[in-house]
Amino acid sequence: MSTVAHENNHHDAHHHEESFVSKYIFTQDHKMIGKQFLMTAVFMGIVAMMLSIFFRIQLAWPGEESTFLNVFLGDNWAPDGIMKENMYLGLVTIHGTIMVFFLLTGGLSGTFSNILIPLQLGARDMASGFLNMLSYWFFFLSTLLMFASLFVYDGAVFGIQIGDASSALPDHTVWDGSGPAMSGWTIYPPLSGLPNAEQGSGLGMTLWLFSMAIFIASSLLGSLNYIVTVINLRTKGMKMTRMPLTIWAFFVTAILGVLSFPVLLSAVLLLIMDRMAGTSFYLSDIIVQGEMLANHGGSPLLYQHLFWFLGHPEVYIVLLPALGLSSEIIATNSRKPIFGYKAMIGSILAIGFLSFIVWGHHMFVTGMNPFLGSVFVFTTLLIAIPSAVKVFNYLTTLWKGSLVLTPAMMFAIGLVSTFITGGVTGIILADSALDIAIHDTYFVVAHFHIVMGMSAVFGMFGGVYHWFPKMFGRMMNMRLGYVHFWITIIGAYGVFFPMHFVGLAGAPRRYYDYTVYQEFDQGTYDMIMDLNGIVTFFAIFAAIGQILFLFNFFYSIFRGPKSPQNPWRSNTLEWTTPVEHIHGNWPGELPTVHRWPYDYSKPGADEDFIPQTVPLKKGEEEH
Amino acid sequence: MEKLIILIVLVTGVIALAQLVRLYELSSKLKKKGEHDVNDRDNHLNAKLMLGFMMFQFLGFIYLMLTYGWTGRGEAASLQGIETDWLLNLNFVIIIIVFFITNFLLFYFAFKYVRKPGIKATFYAHDNKLEAVWTVVPAIVLAVIIILGLQSWNELTSGPSKESVRIELFAKQFDWTARYSGENGKLGKYDYKLTNEGNNPLALMTTETIESARSETEKAIDAIEQELKLAQLDHLTSGYRGLISASAYKSHIEDSYNAASEGDFNLVEVEESYKHIYADAKGLSGHVEVEIPDPNSETQKIFDRLEEKLIVKGRILRSIVQMQQNFNSKYDAYAFDDIIQTDTLYLCKGVEYEMSFRSKDVIHSAYFPHFRAQMNVVPGMPTRFKFTPSLTTEEMRKKKADPKFNFILMCNKICGTAHYKMKMMVVVLDKNEFKQWEISKQQSTFKDTYSAGESEDLANSEN
Ligand code: HEM
Ligand SMILES: [Cu+2]
Ligand SMILES: [Cu+2]
Repeated sequence: MSTVAHENNHHDAHHHEESFVSKYIFTQDHKMIGKQFLMTAVFMGIVAMMLSIFFRIQLAWPGEESTFLNVFLGDNWAPDGIMKENMYLGLVTIHGTIMVFFLLTGGLSGTFSNILIPLQLGARDMASGFLNMLSYWFFFLSTLLMFASLFVYDGAVFGIQIGDASSALPDHTVWDGSGPAMSGWTIYPPLSGLPNAEQGSGLGMTLWLFSMAIFIASSLLGSLNYIVTVINLRTKGMKMTRMPLTIWAFFVTAILGVLSFPVLLSAVLLLIMDRMAGTSFYLSDIIVQGEMLANHGGSPLLYQHLFWFLGHPEVYIVLLPALGLSSEIIATNSRKPIFGYKAMIGSILAIGFLSFIVWGHHMFVTGMNPFLGSVFVFTTLLIAIPSAVKVFNYLTTLWKGSLVLTPAMMFAIGLVSTFITGGVTGIILADSALDIAIHDTYFVVAHFHIVMGMSAVFGMFGGVYHWFPKMFGRMMNMRLGYVHFWITIIGAYGVFFPMHFVGLAGAPRRYYDYTVYQEFDQGTYDMIMDLNGIVTFFAIFAAIGQILFLFNFFYSIFRGPKSPQNPWRSNTLEWTTPVEHIHGNWPGELPTVHRWPYDYSKPGADEDFIPQTVPLKKGEEEH
Repeated sequence: MEKLIILIVLVTGVIALAQLVRLYELSSKLKKKGEHDVNDRDNHLNAKLMLGFMMFQFLGFIYLMLTYGWTGRGEAASLQGIETDWLLNLNFVIIIIVFFITNFLLFYFAFKYVRKPGIKATFYAHDNKLEAVWTVVPAIVLAVIIILGLQSWNELTSGPSKESVRIELFAKQFDWTARYSGENGKLGKYDYKLTNEGNNPLALMTTETIESARSETEKAIDAIEQELKLAQLDHLTSGYRGLISASAYKSHIEDSYNAASEGDFNLVEVEESYKHIYADAKGLSGHVEVEIPDPNSETQKIFDRLEEKLIVKGRILRSIVQMQQNFNSKYDAYAFDDIIQTDTLYLCKGVEYEMSFRSKDVIHSAYFPHFRAQMNVVPGMPTRFKFTPSLTTEEMRKKKADPKFNFILMCNKICGTAHYKMKMMVVVLDKNEFKQWEISKQQSTFKDTYSAGESEDLANSEN
């Protein structure tokens, strides 16, 4: 079955019998691809969360034997139940990488852009179903490689010998090392560039780099598709200024991705060249493990500039879709128009633009020219303005609403809270003079987990609860959703709020333990250990709470009650499609759009919502 | 502690189970009624919980603030730190106010405006005035923050004053070394290629160290060439070994290895002689052609590695030679009086220090939590930072009521396995004590240690 055939015969497309493979595996249907992204991301999310629990156990009870760790990490990495130092770094690195790229970039954008862009715009499918399919399969391949990096031991992956075992080569010059990539998710060279700089810089790092290169290809294919679809495939009447904010957010996100991911790709390629072809892009004047290198003239800072040129927009690539989803959820469940629709679009665009000129705030203490630092202070603090506008607009949307607290709505409210709490500490970190003392401490870890990690995860949960009926034609259980929400938000604050204080006490990040402080500053040590206990307690609490979600999710896919067509009484187009998925989305004509998507509780209307397909009444103003 | 985990698992498990049962009931009810809306009871309960959560958040914050506040690191112990701490507190006041107000509004609205029968939401789509207000007000507050912040930043990063004292901090996996400029106040030059783990680990540049690095490198090159030849001889010999019984070669092989080990060696000649013996043994006369098979991948790897090493060493040698030509021996004096300090960094209260940072291998970061100072240490790119200690170790001990307290310098950029242990003790003395210390160090300058130390060649120590 070709795509062309679908487009011509969409009226009876659902009569075709499809093979399992073309329906569930090499599918070109955007709804199914979206679900594939979601499933992969849920799996990776579980892995990354487990990793965080492992290293949290180490942080709270350093050096104590734990059968739990031994069971999961095995005798190589946790002999006698004590995690090895370098495995700690490996776990942190893979945790961060999976969370940022695989859960929140692939998972969030991949899932919801795919499902919602055609459905909310009134399109039959993405502009190119084939590229869309490729995008997923590249994502899947990169997932496998990243997963493999986690299982490297002595040059073997999953026990299959790929590189040289360390024991075979006494002088370490071509040592392929052991363990996953270990230089942090930012993989700064030279640590990541020299295979003998640390254990994980061998095969583990090679896999990481190739995984990332493929991931970027996937992301680009996806983003180009989203952009073209938004520009070209809007149905009749769907002006740009009538698009739901979700679509605006996905659209700007895709543009950010297209402009910034290629820069990361070049950073990765140059690093691969330094590792494999003897170039000196990032290397200069180095003696590592007693080996004097002749490389001269490269700059580690070059890598950092390239990395953060993606890295900062990446924060918004993760965040904007979450904000878009919650705009939709909050408006629908407040039974009110989103406040300041145009201002919301304006702030999305402003954030998108500014996010390209702030990357230097990650580099205040790298030795970068201080004047350049001042410029980045200025641009970074500017970005706080559109962010503040968004928050105030959300608050005003809730004001005098008639709130329906569905689980999705509660997660969206949680998102606004974490966006505020994490956002305000950004003001401190953006101030270069203050950043000196807290850069690379747990204060930063607290900040980015709350503002990016938690906000985006809340947005994702909200999205799943809200659009589950659209994805699977069934409802999730609300009560379980509520319990899940409360455990998650209490856990999230319990984990990440105390981390600010750990950071302010002077605890560097990426530390296996804090025993250094024991000899020098017992007070600080006690405080760090106290807080680490609290954090780990809540981390385990939150992680266990996620079981409720997983159960609810999978149970409801098969056994949930059947969903009505428009369960949340929403205005947007996706709720005008039949509950059963069909190719081409609408059985008959494509719908025509007559109004913006936020006519909730409009005076003069009978119902408290007016779908976009309802024509304006005589004399009715658009809004 | 493991017990704690088990307890949590159990409790949450029970909750989960209870919920599952209810889920089952609920889902069967739902199927009958076809009702998907949130019921009012749940709605109101969750609205109240929103307020409850707000209390949790606020009280938790206040509790943490009161218990842990700034007490961890204590008072800033440098002039610059006092300045930035002041600014930090100001910023904290601002953001904490914003935090409380906005979170309060959020949860309060979520509580107050929950759906009630008969009350419709207010259709309120936009209001330009209001939106202008909350664009302009944050802009003004941020302007203040930016101006104050940049003022401090400019002061902190401005060049050193005339009186400032320079110290170099040298970082490698996984320790720190400090270098003081000694009597003449000038730090000696350095170049990483002069590194000698035995007597010149900091790679200081003097006429003597350059000469020694040159000869060491030359020696290293000879050694590698030798190794490569031996490897090739091995390959050749084993090739012929397969052809006829070894006994015919035995003495000859020994000869060629002996010659090789004396450096008197020519692979082509050896091959010729092997061929002769081979021809004799087989009763052939004249010229014989013997094909030695290409080296297998293991052998090839060894050749490649050695050849690569030769290239690297060759490049290093060329630049050392160049260095030697350009070097002016007047710089010797800069390095000779430098004092190298590996375990503890001694500083004098009230003196402005201009620290310069140098890395041997990967990026590190010099982090002095108590002085609020930090700067990355980047291979190939010297970095700098200045600060002025304002409290001695003794004074800080009193303030912290901890007689064992010491200042610390740690590494704050992931640099490998033992990153978390990469640290150095810092002791701040008052003027008199510091003088005493300086006097005690007069006999251990670089010049003294260099001549005492054993030269330990990198190239040789490596294998
Ligand atoms: C169960 C929830 C989570 C816990 C307990 C947790 C905990 C941690 C901790 C303790 C670190 C180590 C910090 C360090 O040593 O530098 C870390 C790193 C990190 N986490 Fe999480 N995290 C969680 C969820 C997330 C989520 C949802 C994200 C998505 C943005 C995320 C992204 C990261 C990143 C990017 C890093 C940095 C990794 C690196 O230093 O290379 N985490 N996390
Ligand atoms: Cu950033
Ligand atoms: Cu280090």
